[in-house]
Amino acid sequence: MSEPKFNNSLVRWIDHRLPIFTFMHHEMHEYPTPKNLNYWWNFGSLAGIVLVIMIMSGIVLAMHYTAHVDHAFQSVERIMRDVNYGWLVRYIHANGASFFFIVVYIHIFRGLYYGSYKAPRELLWMLGVVILILMMATAFMGYVLPWGQMSFWGATVITNLFSAIPLVGESIVTLLWGGFSVDNPTLNRFYALHYLLPFVIVGVVVLHIVALHRFGSNNPLGIDVRGNQDTISFHPYYTVKDAFGLGVFLILLSAVVFFLPNSMGHPDNYIPANPMVTPAHIVPEWYFLPFYAILRAVPDKLFGVLAMFAAIGVLFILPWLDRSPVRSATFRPIYKIMFWVFLVDCVALTWLGAKPAEGIYVVLSRLCTAYYFFHFIILLPALSIFETPKSLPKSISKPVLDPDGGGGGMIAVPAAPREKA
Amino acid sequence: MADDNDGTTRRDFIHVASVTAGALGAACVAWPFIDQMNPAADTLALSSTEFDVSGVEEGMAVSIVWRGKPVFIRHRTKKEIQEASEVQLDDLPDPQADSDRTSRPEMLVLLGVCTHLGCVPLGQSATDPKGEWGGWFCPCHGSHYDTSGRIRKGPAPTNLAVPPYKYISDSVIKIG
Ligand code: HEM
Ligand code: FES
Repeated sequence: MSEPKFNNSLVRWIDHRLPIFTFMHHEMHEYPTPKNLNYWWNFGSLAGIVLVIMIMSGIVLAMHYTAHVDHAFQSVERIMRDVNYGWLVRYIHANGASFFFIVVYIHIFRGLYYGSYKAPRELLWMLGVVILILMMATAFMGYVLPWGQMSFWGATVITNLFSAIPLVGESIVTLLWGGFSVDNPTLNRFYALHYLLPFVIVGVVVLHIVALHRFGSNNPLGIDVRGNQDTISFHPYYTVKDAFGLGVFLILLSAVVFFLPNSMGHPDNYIPANPMVTPAHIVPEWYFLPFYAILRAVPDKLFGVLAMFAAIGVLFILPWLDRSPVRSATFRPIYKIMFWVFLVDCVALTWLGAKPAEGIYVVLSRLCTAYYFFHFIILLPALSIFETPKSLPKSISKPVLDPDGGGGGMIAVPAAPREKA
Repeated sequence: MADDNDGTTRRDFIHVASVTAGALGAACVAWPFIDQMNPAADTLALSSTEFDVSGVEEGMAVSIVWRGKPVFIRHRTKKEIQEASEVQLDDLPDPQADSDRTSRPEMLVLLGVCTHLGCVPLGQSATDPKGEWGGWFCPCHGSHYDTSGRIRKGPAPTNLAVPPYKYISDSVIKIG
């Protein structure tokens, strides 16, 4: 592609010494993007913007927050009542965390539906799973900071997960706590890490985008881009589309921040932490519930913990479990149904994670947990062998330019992907 | 360059030796950075508590704090002691005789921390649910403990721990 021409002489002067403008031009204008992306492709850039919102609101909170067991709860109440607009910043941060997970979960299920984890995007997908894990760690430690009852008992239960490790488990838990229970040293280190990890996430997001730009976005048809007629430049087409999506997102976020700010939180976290009394129903934040349900479904401590970690870990090997050469569920009649069944299973696990661990809920949790692993370990590899995919269109623009020949052609196994120019 | 028969040189040796020395040095420096996370000296110093058990009437239970965690002291009734000692050890997930868990059978002293994931089990006050074996019930993930604090049902792997304690007078115990 041609070198960009800049009219402004200062821009030229800088760009000659530090080619950031060339870089931006390359990524925004020349970056060829499939022209058939639908709105599910908005959630990636949206996640990036939410990360920025979280860092900005977080740094403001940090200016007023005190990480000490005797002061943390009061300092958050002071942010809520006395600091100018403190209530707004805290509600943005607390609800922003929930929205971050909504956006990222949608982004992940988009990838599952359209097979975005398949070659040549395996590393892109795996970096995404790393981001998810870092987000979980960050959100977990952030939730400890207000030092309410749920903060304290959430921290106790989650750190105790490590005690399930044979032999060294107890020592690891003492190491994590810096004492004999969750206490001031724990709060201090969680605060330091809660401040650090979002910036680590930024680093992994950069790698995620570098990997993305190697082969460009997947698309709803799941077939490779065959040439310029299949693409449009990212700017202005997708910048505008992403901006529109952002507007809708901000309306929803504002609706919750201003009118339902505590709807996704737990009232017990407005009670100061009390190490002597566990609340009757401790539940993690909603975004951890599916994994929590899996933990509780297994009656053995060690295996429960292993199952919970495996539920996330299995995502790493997904590209090698699903061997079907066809990416998009649009052309995979059985997978398309099983995708929705899997989604229902995940929603059911989320619901079960919030229910008390007794009676019918235990039975259902076990069934749903078994199905979760069945989907990945048995169903996907089997489908790659037994499912007959529909025939793929010859190219992205084919069905539009040539409606008759559009759906025709053989079952094309994706050819070697075209590298970004 | 000196070259022995198998093709390795002195320079290869120096490379391996210096990388090894560097790695050992890095490992030595890593240790202080890991160990700083372990309990500090002042945290370790706060490690014993004394308590007068004479005020705990039969059928009553109190919770006291030791190392930031609750300790359950339960003055058991005759019936509770009997139930706890009559159990077949084979029926227990973590077999231990009741007599090995108390120095005075009526006064049970336990760490009030569920061995599953660390919640405080219910059962200390009269209105609490006490689980199917009349001891304690952990609401977090449903572990049932009997009147000796032994795990009977649920995800907890072991019995409620007995903290190190001794009677320093007729009625005062020292924990830790
Ligand atoms: C990945 C991005 C982040 C996520 C997912 C996240 C998540 C959370 C969550 C869930 C809470 C508890 C909210 C509550 O219920 O009160 C919290 C609190 C807090 N976070 Fe973050 N956070 C992020 C980034 C940051 C950053 C970059 C900082 C500081 C530089 C920060 C500083 C704080 C502070 C001071 C609190 C305690 C005040 C409070 O609880 O409202 N956060 N965070
Ligand atoms: S912490 Fe008690 S049952 Fe899980």
